[in-house]
Amino acid sequence: MKKIFSLMTGATLAAVATLVAGNAAAAGLLNVSYDVSRSFYKELNPAFVAQWKQQTGQTITIDQSHGGSSKQARAVIDGLDADVVTMNNPLDIDAIADAGLLPKNWAQQYPDDSSPSWSPIVFVVRKGNPSNIHDWPDLVRSGIQIVVPNPKTSGNGRYSYLAAWQYARTRPGASDTDSIEFEKKLFANVPVLDVGGRDATTTFVQRGIGNVLLTFESEAKLILANFGADQYEVVNPSITVRADNPVALIDKVAAKKGNTDLAKAYLKFHYTPAAQEILIRNGLRPSDPAVVQKHVAEFPPLHTFTVAKDFGGWPHAQKLHFSDGGIFDQIISRASK
Amino acid sequence: MTTPATPQTDTGGAIADTPFAPLVQTNAAIGEPRLVRWLLIGLTLLFLGVFLLLPLLAVFTQALASGVGAYFSAMVDPDALSSIRLTLLTAAIAVPLNTVFGVAAAWAITKFKFRGKGLLITLIDLPFSVSPVIAGLVFILIFGSRGWLGPWASEHGLKIIFAAPGIILATVFVTFPFVARELIPLMQAQGTDEEHAALTLGARGWSTFWHVTLPNIRWGLLYGVLLCNARAMGEFGAVSVVSGHVRGQTNTMPLQVEILYNDYQFAAAFAVASLLALLAFVTLGLKSFLEWRHGSELAAVRGH
Repeated sequence: MKKIFSLMTGATLAAVATLVAGNAAAAGLLNVSYDVSRSFYKELNPAFVAQWKQQTGQTITIDQSHGGSSKQARAVIDGLDADVVTMNNPLDIDAIADAGLLPKNWAQQYPDDSSPSWSPIVFVVRKGNPSNIHDWPDLVRSGIQIVVPNPKTSGNGRYSYLAAWQYARTRPGASDTDSIEFEKKLFANVPVLDVGGRDATTTFVQRGIGNVLLTFESEAKLILANFGADQYEVVNPSITVRADNPVALIDKVAAKKGNTDLAKAYLKFHYTPAAQEILIRNGLRPSDPAVVQKHVAEFPPLHTFTVAKDFGGWPHAQKLHFSDGGIFDQIISRASK
Repeated sequence: MTTPATPQTDTGGAIADTPFAPLVQTNAAIGEPRLVRWLLIGLTLLFLGVFLLLPLLAVFTQALASGVGAYFSAMVDPDALSSIRLTLLTAAIAVPLNTVFGVAAAWAITKFKFRGKGLLITLIDLPFSVSPVIAGLVFILIFGSRGWLGPWASEHGLKIIFAAPGIILATVFVTFPFVARELIPLMQAQGTDEEHAALTLGARGWSTFWHVTLPNIRWGLLYGVLLCNARAMGEFGAVSVVSGHVRGQTNTMPLQVEILYNDYQFAAAFAVASLLALLAFVTLGLKSFLEWRHGSELAAVRGH
């Protein structure tokens, strides 16, 4: 018995020692990012580390944290030591700005509204397009099952919803009332509202539910790469939304860690041709039109709109459509009846 | 064959003139018809197979789906190694702490009379009844940058949540009841007679505990420690809330499994999952060994 106790005490002491040592170790740059950007940063970070080494002689490390965009923003507000955040939604960075960790005009600090990349919402259908889905009107045909994540909880869902709205009201002679009718019919065709974009992918791909999946082009390209281009194909609708992936420096944290210059250089690096090529390889559309032009076969030109211009910005759209009791709630309660 | 164990024939002869005829029928019922017996055993095995064996089998087949090489390369991936290290570190701190606290709490509750005992027992059970997510959020509310102690901690350069200390705190909280809950019924059953005897013979409190109480509860204690350890290594919910998910730093094995799975790295996800399952097997194996060696002493523990 005594032996066991001394063994346990020894293990505890060793563990505490490791902990103390680990806590004292120098912290690298921490990039808190959204769920599915992992493969992109796995390529981008080493490229930046190499460039930084060449320029300054310093060897640095970049740590990554990935998770649902809003959850990640929450963690940063609660004290996760992020030097930079790289999100798929400006709202989440606004939330961090509201907590006072970075200036409210963060979107003006880097080119293209601080968004080095973007992705449109596209349709993924099963190979050969057996349900004959080519554009938005096809989604509201009876008998079509749509897989789309819940707009209340996911960026994917919000963008898909707004894209449908924009399509419906830009038809000749149409107005916002027609959009409500269109959304009603569309969500009546949704058998299951998943929480996040990845869950929706799993529903469509692994559980085999639905005729069409609404998701970001970058996710669509991942599906084709991971589950076989011989099983799925991408359909580009006549009009779709431009979903920006904004980046921001968390001034207070970076300053405290003495990482401000490094973090700024890291964010600027996102706009270099080398980084923009890495974006392309990961299915994202770079903000530099010249780079997109070089890959026009993979990224055909699309007719896009932005939330900032056509929906009065994210805070406004969020409040009007996705707040409790907002238009989406009304549509869903009627669609389910 | 006429063996001594044939109550049917023994009592069967007396059935006509005995007033206890119904007893006979009960006796006959002890030997269920063969069909019923097999059906019950079959159902149990089927249930075990579908709900326990099949998932385990799935974990290991998926883990090895991309070949043995991929399996081992998934294990030595730096992020996976770091998650293994963090999981072991967490267990190495949380389990001994809870062992000490659990023994102290069980000792106080079962060997002494004091006011507020009921409250203490309820508090010990609290982590069982609180959802792990809430358990994690509690620590964010305390140590988050807008929490009670968060600003103080960050002024002093202490990282608590979104770092290993927060993960350990959350794990300690969630696994707190295991040791105490194992010991309380056992020590209640044993009563305080032996301690009283020791005290009348002049032993002091500490030596009474060390030489009388502890030897009596050792197997129950080990059993509790093993359960505590299993949960400490497997805890997901509470740890997920306080982790911050920094790759290679604050992910435990269960979190790493989720991350790999969500990154479409199924083989790697199941490889780490299989290692976690193996750790559970070691724990269960130790537990079975204890039961086999010390079955009668453990019977009291398992009675609750």
